[in-house]
Amino acid sequence: MLRRHFLASTAALAIPTKGWTVSPAAAQSMVEDLVVDVNAVIASGASEQAMIDEFGNILNRYADVPTIARYCLGVDARSASATQMAQYTEAFKGYIASKYGRRFREFVGGEVQVVGSKPVKSWIEVETTVLLRGRSPLQMDWHVSDRSGRNAFFNFIIEGVNMLLTEREEIGAMLDRRRGSLDALISDMKAV
Amino acid sequence: MRKNKGSSLRLPVVLVGTFALFAACTPAPEGVTVNDPYEDQNRRVHAFNKSVYTNLFSGGGDTEIPADIAEPIVNFAGNIGLPGMTLNGLLQGDFEAALTNAARFVVNTTVGIGGIADVATEFGLDEQETDFGETLAVWGLPEGAYLELPILGPSTERAFVGRVVDAVIDPLDQVGFSFQSDYSLAATIAERIVKRSQLSDTIDSVLQESADSYAQQRLIYLQNRRFELGTTPEEDAVDPYDELFGDL
Repeated sequence: MLRRHFLASTAALAIPTKGWTVSPAAAQSMVEDLVVDVNAVIASGASEQAMIDEFGNILNRYADVPTIARYCLGVDARSASATQMAQYTEAFKGYIASKYGRRFREFVGGEVQVVGSKPVKSWIEVETTVLLRGRSPLQMDWHVSDRSGRNAFFNFIIEGVNMLLTEREEIGAMLDRRRGSLDALISDMKAV
Repeated sequence: MRKNKGSSLRLPVVLVGTFALFAACTPAPEGVTVNDPYEDQNRRVHAFNKSVYTNLFSGGGDTEIPADIAEPIVNFAGNIGLPGMTLNGLLQGDFEAALTNAARFVVNTTVGIGGIADVATEFGLDEQETDFGETLAVWGLPEGAYLELPILGPSTERAFVGRVVDAVIDPLDQVGFSFQSDYSLAATIAERIVKRSQLSDTIDSVLQESADSYAQQRLIYLQNRRFELGTTPEEDAVDPYDELFGDL
């Protein structure tokens, strides 16, 4: 039943993705908007909690959170119920916002700049540079697709460190620690 | 590989040693991101490193060293690393990078008051970071197994061999001033402490907040190292939509 449900929802999701294409220009312009928002957060010098909240808003606006969340859960997503997936996706968003929002504090005094964009496989990679005070700049790439039905990023790579791959491993380890219980993972993620 | 006759007196000896060590290396299998046959041993070292780090650096933002002190240390230590990077650039056939690093060394050692000021960057001479581990990668040697070294942290067999060779072939004694050689070890240790303190929040979050800090540090190191060497495998470009919407 679970598998049938998953296949049905997959089929439903697959329909609007037919004939998808996102142009490098459109993807770059989305990342430019995102960068304006990110720079505003960095420049605001707001408290840690405010930065986490702002990063959460940026995720809502520009990221395909359900796809990121599902990918990071891996094969366990197939056996999860729709309710569990909804709860997990929400908890995951909070976890990502908190984890990466806190890193924003290190960007204070710095700035993100868009470098350029190019197609990779079936998406657009937009390269940005994070200029930091008194440190070497960081390369940060954003992977943008419209397969969710709108232009959104589904991955970012900081100096080669791929968020999807890194978080998939971490979520897997979190599940292992909880003997594979998704419900335990959800409630612990909410507590962060 | 062709022999490079007469390029350096010590080099042939070093190369023989390198290849002897590599006979024992495990070639990384295709398509596998992590090659970690020594995981049990590595995990023991990780636990040790984590306790050392926690005792020395943990505790958040208040450990950050002020820029007035940190900058000259980082500049001096970075500058004395340039002759070695120049040599590696030459060994890799990357003459532009070698020239940039050599020019940086000359400018910062003189105008930059023995290297404590980084004026070269203002002239557009950015450091072209490299090491003998990268030289081995350029020469086509495989990455080998993942290693976590005591105190020094994440590495690979190839990167570790590179570190050892870098220490042996470092031309600083020949081209630098004696004060640069005399303070090189102290400066390198001080630089490490400064960089750790700058990254303490990030390192804390990986070490203290991960469900499996060993695995996270390993994955982050390997991805970053491959990115720096320009050897990121194609499979790392993940398409989550393929997995979600493709044949399962």
